[in-house]
Amino acid sequence: MAFTNRKTYTPFIGRYDPCQPIRVKTYETPPHLYLGFQPPGLEQFSPKEALKRGTLWKALYSPYTSPYGDYR
Amino acid sequence: MTREALPEEFYQLMEDLQAVDFVLIELNLYLDTHPEDLEALKQFNTFAQQSQALRRTFEERFGPLLGGGKSFSTFPWAWKEPPWPWQI
Amino acid sequence: MWVYEKKLQYPVRVSQCNPRLAKFLIEQYGGADGELAAALRYLNQRYTIPDKVIGLLTDIGTEEFAHLEMIATMVYKLTKDATPEQLKEAGLGAHYADHDKALFYHNAAGVPFTATYIQAKGDPIADLYEDIAAEEKARATYQWLIDMSDDPFLNESLAFLREREVVHSQRFREAVEILKEAREQKRFF
Repeated sequence: MAFTNRKTYTPFIGRYDPCQPIRVKTYETPPHLYLGFQPPGLEQFSPKEALKRGTLWKALYSPYTSPYGDYR
Repeated sequence: MTREALPEEFYQLMEDLQAVDFVLIELNLYLDTHPEDLEALKQFNTFAQQSQALRRTFEERFGPLLGGGKSFSTFPWAWKEPPWPWQI
Repeated sequence: MWVYEKKLQYPVRVSQCNPRLAKFLIEQYGGADGELAAALRYLNQRYTIPDKVIGLLTDIGTEEFAHLEMIATMVYKLTKDATPEQLKEAGLGAHYADHDKALFYHNAAGVPFTATYIQAKGDPIADLYEDIAAEEKARATYQWLIDMSDDPFLNESLAFLREREVVHSQRFREAVEILKEAREQKRFF
């Protein structure tokens, strides 16, 4: 299975739920949850790229965009 | 420094310094938990040198970055002059 | 002691005057999982944690102050030349009545900052687990802020801060492993 930063689940939808149901809900599982104690010599971003992304380490980079664009 | 809009060079030099100093922050945290990683330590020292050189270039052109005597001042006292970090 | 540098950690930009977003961002200034709480939490725990991890707490605590300054910069820029009328429309009328445009250490709902946001148990594992939880909660807060923001430049700064929470959480998790002394027994790398 491919690695993902975002997992999904399908909540129960009640007959009388007043808001338009979101059928598939999501939550974030960023890469540090899987890395363990960081091994030496991991790949790095260039300094400019590291500043832009917020980390030097490619293995810890975790992009985030609002999931609400994907809903409905 | 003046109250006029800053030249493009200010932003470029500032961002160069921010990038190098960011690598240092990342390596610093990494070394805190990996004190025996010699390669990371060498990289840290190399970037520390780069950072000092960049800071010198920036300060010659735009005034002191560090307070408390960690940077030199021109006359008149330049430290208190804008821009402050949130103003640029 | 600390040395001040006249430079932000990251080049913060915002695309337009938008006091409504400033009202939400204040959560990370004076809220329970905000940058002030984080800085004070880690720097306070340093005095009673094993020497091996004092450096990490010092460095992350110091970085949190740089993040506090980034949040302040965003709020400053989003509200700088806004009129009282614009602030009222943005739901900041009550803030203006008390503070004009001064920043104040409170959360997005206006609840003032309190020391009770910061735990200090004195047990190294309990304190580091608290720190890991704090980083994950701050990460989540940045997600909710990004979900509500339509300012692409602001979102770049928020994504940067969110990523820092990920890196800090990673380092705190490693600090726990160091204190467990598990790595000397079974080598994992």
